[in-house]
Amino acid sequence: MSLSETALSPAATQRRDPRQIPDRLTTRGQRVLKSWEALLLLVGIAIFIANCFASPYFLSPWSLSDATFNFTEKAMIAFAMALLIISGEIDLSVAAIIALASTAMGAAATAGFGTPVLVGIGLGTGLLCGVFNGVLVTRLGLPSIVVTIGTMSLFRGLSYIVLGDGAYRGYPESFAFFGQGYVFWVVSFEFVLFAVLAVIFTVLLHKTNFGRAVFSIGNNATASLFSGVRVPRVKMMLFLLTGVMSGVAAICLTSRLGSTRPSIGLGMELEVVTMVVLGGVSILGGSGSIPGVVIAAFVLGLLTFGLGLLNVPGIVISIFTGALLIGVIALPRLIQKWRG
Amino acid sequence: MIPFRLTREVLLAFALLVLLVLVATRFPGFVAPSNLAAVFNDTSALIILALGQFIVILTRCIDLSVAANLALTGMVCALLNTVAPDLPIVFTLGLALALGATLGAVNGFFVWKLDIPPIVVTLGTMVIFRGIIFLISDGQWVNAHEMSPRFTAFPRYEILGIPMLSWCAVLVIALVYVLVTRTSLGRSFFAVGGNPHAAVYTGIDVGRTQFLAFVISGTLAGLAGYLWVSRYAVAYVDIAGGFELDVVAACVIGGAAISGGAGSVFGIVLGALFLGVIKNALPVVDISPFWQLAISGSAIIIAVALNARSGRAKGRIILRKAEHAHEPV
Repeated sequence: MSLSETALSPAATQRRDPRQIPDRLTTRGQRVLKSWEALLLLVGIAIFIANCFASPYFLSPWSLSDATFNFTEKAMIAFAMALLIISGEIDLSVAAIIALASTAMGAAATAGFGTPVLVGIGLGTGLLCGVFNGVLVTRLGLPSIVVTIGTMSLFRGLSYIVLGDGAYRGYPESFAFFGQGYVFWVVSFEFVLFAVLAVIFTVLLHKTNFGRAVFSIGNNATASLFSGVRVPRVKMMLFLLTGVMSGVAAICLTSRLGSTRPSIGLGMELEVVTMVVLGGVSILGGSGSIPGVVIAAFVLGLLTFGLGLLNVPGIVISIFTGALLIGVIALPRLIQKWRG
Repeated sequence: MIPFRLTREVLLAFALLVLLVLVATRFPGFVAPSNLAAVFNDTSALIILALGQFIVILTRCIDLSVAANLALTGMVCALLNTVAPDLPIVFTLGLALALGATLGAVNGFFVWKLDIPPIVVTLGTMVIFRGIIFLISDGQWVNAHEMSPRFTAFPRYEILGIPMLSWCAVLVIALVYVLVTRTSLGRSFFAVGGNPHAAVYTGIDVGRTQFLAFVISGTLAGLAGYLWVSRYAVAYVDIAGGFELDVVAACVIGGAAISGGAGSVFGIVLGALFLGVIKNALPVVDISPFWQLAISGSAIIIAVALNARSGRAKGRIILRKAEHAHEPV
């Protein structure tokens, strides 16, 4: 199966097989990896400079701080999603998990529970949704893309059943800290959380046995199983992780908005996947890095914020996002083709 | 293989029948022939799109841009109509088909020539198409009074008491059935999805076949775009928003394997009708329409679980756990 997915077109045969696991990272491999992130960083710097020229309001600490809210919540999910995609699976239900977790928190807040309980409920709902996805994929052996398209409708559907066209608003005042609080000066709580999670996920993916197992599963699940990696268990944990991170994002987003509607975070799963793929993670699994995803988060956040400052409508901004997604992947392949 | 496929479709038809009987016990008028014809008419767009998606899924790809393609083509048709209200419908239809095919070809080009995974390509083009609608329409709506009577009359024009919209769906079903089961291109769709490596050795150009699948899917989305806009007599940026998931759901419920190479036209039509009946029955039996999303989500999960269970018996399983661990994305 793994063989049949590669080496079909001339472009594919010329490319380094993404499914091979080098026993030692070659310097060439490192260079390839670095050049992707360097390219992305270059794009990011270009966007930053363009923003400085485009709007006089861009280069102020508060405006830059506001810009970070464009990507922090999505990036939190993107870290876990990156691991999931590297392992060869995908979770399209993350935005729906946000809706369900937010609805659960809203119901609890309306019932008069305090902030600690709300946080517990948010994380717990995310965890349960992750378990549900994980069981369907790893125990029943179903393809994750279909399962999570199904649970995406199911989770958001549950949220619609509870809320209909209504909304929850009565969140306690202390709950506002997660999405609106600042740790010091312009550095928001969300940004600090984002930075801490970035470090944790970088260590998890690149410095632990678990991370190594994730890469090996993505490259060849059958070989990993024969090498003693507990494939279903690792995948199960990745789904749990993605669920919990969606719960974290739900807490931040709900706290920032101060209200819950069933349409909360609609379409965010696609933005998260865009961020992950832009960050250099192969959608076929087996390769990618968390620093890449971090840079991609900044690039997308700066792009969205900069165009927003220029009064470009959100839907037009999405043209740039879509073009960036395809362009950044197409460009290296085009160059490779021209070089022969 | 034939009797087995038959069983799955019979099962689905049976489920559809049970669903209709359940609705009929609460509201007998629902199963009156005229109402069933209305439900079919309402599901026509879904059927047309699902058949296009089916061909794409057959070749191991996925097209998430169908709903955006529909909306863009619909908007272009509507704008053309405001500029040239007296244009014969044949031209509008031709434009819809050509534009839809072009948009599909864009997807297919990236998949074929640059070898970018289909899910990434269509995720990108999905938002790009929507953005283009905003640019060409300036975010404005095209409303019923701006459309010529000829433009909006086409899907309602009745032949033998059945509206043109339904006839279009019937025609598409027939054409796709012939294409998939009676032509060499149809065989190559199955071959490419079933085993791309083996397909290469039998002389099939995998990339080109996938390209053609995207063009067909795009063409059908274009057709659905004109029909959608003229039927509802309104065009704006967000029409059919999120509809691509319903389309994929119809395919999965209809028995198309997401890993390619399996499924039948009849099954897809039943899958689409299943969703259509649920959508139309909920208000009738007094269940809040807010339940619809959760119900179709559950239907997808149950359907894919059933698909996987019946599909597993077919393959030679060397190591069961590894098979589990190895579903393609």
